[in-house]
Amino acid sequence: MTHNELPLFYVFHFYFFGLVAIVSALAFVTRKSPVAAAMWLVNVMFSLAVLYVLLDAQFIGTMQVLVYAGAIMVVFLFVIMLLNLGHASELADARSLWWKLAAGAVGLALLAQVFTLTKTKLPEAFVLPENTVANQFAKDGAIAPLAGPLFHEYLLAFEVTSVLLLAAVVGAVVLGKRKERSHAG
Amino acid sequence: MLAESLFFSAVLFAIGVVGVLTRRNAIIIFMCVELMLNAVNLSFVAFAQVYGVAGQIFVFFVMTVAAAEAAVGLAIIIALFRHRQTVNLSNINLLKG
Repeated sequence: MTHNELPLFYVFHFYFFGLVAIVSALAFVTRKSPVAAAMWLVNVMFSLAVLYVLLDAQFIGTMQVLVYAGAIMVVFLFVIMLLNLGHASELADARSLWWKLAAGAVGLALLAQVFTLTKTKLPEAFVLPENTVANQFAKDGAIAPLAGPLFHEYLLAFEVTSVLLLAAVVGAVVLGKRKERSHAG
Repeated sequence: MLAESLFFSAVLFAIGVVGVLTRRNAIIIFMCVELMLNAVNLSFVAFAQVYGVAGQIFVFFVMTVAAAEAAVGLAIIIALFRHRQTVNLSNINLLKG
């Protein structure tokens, strides 16, 4: 996608799904029922997948739908339903007014900080020529430009990631196992 | 589109932080953390368009860590629920001074 003259179609969809993501995120943090909150979060993730596709990251967009909206959110919903937390009325969930005000202040401060950061000049030396990434994807397909560096420069990180996943699986199984109290020793 | 992406990313991250601070349901707090990770991923993808595909590779690592975190965190929440019959963090205050 060219940077200088973007078609109206592109710009419209970019802003539209960005706004959908923000509105869904607001709905997500204000819902009382955990199931409704999870559904709004799924909506945020789908909108973000659209933004990824618009930003020349087609494969990341696919992974977002498959891994995040598919796998991770299903695990969340599964736990919510396993613990039978669907009844919003039983949960005095939100904190007191002072907490809310403090949280709002922290959120505003954070927003202000990040906006100052976005105003700073990016280091020009690292900026690639216009459309380099887009042309790379157009030439080699959506996956090859990612797979090359992943299995060469970042091979060690990739392998360490597999150890991390193994540790997470073992940890989840150990934590989820019911303790046998009857026979001590 | 870099500035717009960073704007959306910042707003989503701030919403996630406010969610973590205002809610007391442990599962919702976990989902807010996921929202913050997603916001950072958006920044990575936006920067990848300008600085090269390394940013997109980092998104994979973030997703992996998020998956591991969700698995372990939800296991902890289930263990906690078995112990106290609640996931409301105001009832789980043993470490409070």
